[in-house]
Amino acid sequence: MVVSPNQKNEPMQRDRSPLARNLDTAFVWLTGGFASLIALLLITIAIRVGIDASPAMAKFGLGFLVESRWDPVKEIYSAFPQIYGTIVSSFLALLLAVPVGIGVAIFLSEDFIPEKIQRPVVFLVELLAAIPSVVYGLWGIFVLIPILRDMGKGVNQSLGWLPFFSTSPSGPGMYVAGIILAIMILPIITAISRDALVAVPIELRQASYGLGATRWETILKIILPAAFSGVVGGIMLALGRAMGETMAVTMVIGNANKANISIFDQGSTVSSLLANQFAEASGLQVSSLMYAAIVLFALTLVVNILAQVIVQRVNRI
Amino acid sequence: MNSTSFPTPEDSSNQGLINRLKRQPSSPRTLFDTVMSVIVFVCAAIAIVPLVAVLWYVLEKGGSRLSLELFTQLPPPPNIIGGGFGNAFIGTLMTVGIGSAIAIPCGILAAIFLSEFAAGTRLANWIGFLTNVLSGVPSIVVGVFAYSVVVIAMGSFSAIAGGFALAVLMLPIIVRTATESLALVPQEARQAAVGLGATRFQTVARVVLPAALPPILTGVMLAVARASGETAPLIFTALFNNFWPKGVSEPIATLSVLVFNFATTPYKNQQELAAAGSLILVMMVTIASIGSRLIVKRK
Repeated sequence: MVVSPNQKNEPMQRDRSPLARNLDTAFVWLTGGFASLIALLLITIAIRVGIDASPAMAKFGLGFLVESRWDPVKEIYSAFPQIYGTIVSSFLALLLAVPVGIGVAIFLSEDFIPEKIQRPVVFLVELLAAIPSVVYGLWGIFVLIPILRDMGKGVNQSLGWLPFFSTSPSGPGMYVAGIILAIMILPIITAISRDALVAVPIELRQASYGLGATRWETILKIILPAAFSGVVGGIMLALGRAMGETMAVTMVIGNANKANISIFDQGSTVSSLLANQFAEASGLQVSSLMYAAIVLFALTLVVNILAQVIVQRVNRI
Repeated sequence: MNSTSFPTPEDSSNQGLINRLKRQPSSPRTLFDTVMSVIVFVCAAIAIVPLVAVLWYVLEKGGSRLSLELFTQLPPPPNIIGGGFGNAFIGTLMTVGIGSAIAIPCGILAAIFLSEFAAGTRLANWIGFLTNVLSGVPSIVVGVFAYSVVVIAMGSFSAIAGGFALAVLMLPIIVRTATESLALVPQEARQAAVGLGATRFQTVARVVLPAALPPILTGVMLAVARASGETAPLIFTALFNNFWPKGVSEPIATLSVLVFNFATTPYKNQQELAAAGSLILVMMVTIASIGSRLIVKRK
């Protein structure tokens, strides 16, 4: 049966009122505005902090990055020890957290334990990431430092000929910061590596087992290489987090303005410098702290953009 | 591989064949497997130890000071026993409240754009990318930004400045989780709404948003949990205050900054208060994590 065109329902052709149309378009534009605002936020942060840092940038130039004077009396500032401390403490953290984190990721993605136990462990690792940094700092001061100081003294006595262990630990120091950062970034490495490992197609696993490979031959030669870029992305994100981490590090690193090759010596990071001095600073000191913040911002930005590009490429596959 | 080593069916029983094919526990390949398995079990143990240690420490030290007084009294001067951190608790609620009031509407509106009106476009991809990068900006740098934008403009440290800094930290979390939640709503729901003559606003407000609400709430709770524990962006925006908060334009105490300040003092009472404050923070975070899981599960 064919419906003739003139039988159309008349009221359906009524147009929406111009007001309703405009309101609807306005809503779309409103959401678009907020979305752009977020994109602009990142750029605004860079510009605002950059403007406030410009007096210090003009005065100290690139020497700020390589010299080691922080003298509020004479108003001479440079932040090499802090930049050194930021990089060393985060690499120390990676050194410890990467093997353990990947190990835990393998433990939680392969069928080592039944699903029922696996879920709570995944939850616990996530909880580890949610605990506020300042709580880790408190624990670091009262529990971790006393334990590590004694262990560090032993290491210093037996391996003191190595430059990395050449000073005797006095309590807080770079090594405590490295270890506490390792604990804090472990969940990031684990979570992202686990996602990457789980995403490896089951066929690869089955093919490998079918050819007679053992479980670990499969993991090391098939699954890890297949998930490699995801794991690297996770490590990069963790590195970015470690470089920017503030409270726990400030509470355990000792906050000394020096760059020593020995990890038992006290040091400071860009973020600990900001945390310690910003509230009381004025004039050129604020500007110099802003300069340091820009350096930290740039460092983490590079690491984070690399991480995002890697992770996004993995997700597309 | 070496077919000559296989016994032929004539010269040995089936049982012998099976025994030969079985993996020997002492063979190098199996041994390597066992060792590596032990190593990852140890890794998992190593990962859990600090968590247990931190939770145990906070429960033991903070639990002993847990009482109603904590929430009704002001922090005492050094060397005086007792007191609490009622002002800091309220301050945390206020700064996180200001942060949420800014970040939740902005974040959800932005997510609606990314998921409903611009999904798959180059603009949406770019904004998504920048949002992810924003979530990686160190919280202390966000604090410096809030100082530069709000503290300098207002002329003093304030709860608003602290809340603004927290909002910047919460935004990327909310945008990302809300965008993902909205994308999970089946396309048929939108088509049905549009087919019934709904405008884009009606489709979003009456159909898509209600359907995506539980996972969006999860993201919001995660963001609130993270914000309530944040310290770095508050130490030079909200600063600290030893008295009850009088308004949003004055320096204000927060629990996390109180933990930081008191943990580094030599006074035992203040250290105990820091531990109790940590316990409250950890409890807030844990409740939010478990709560957000329950919301998703019920759905």
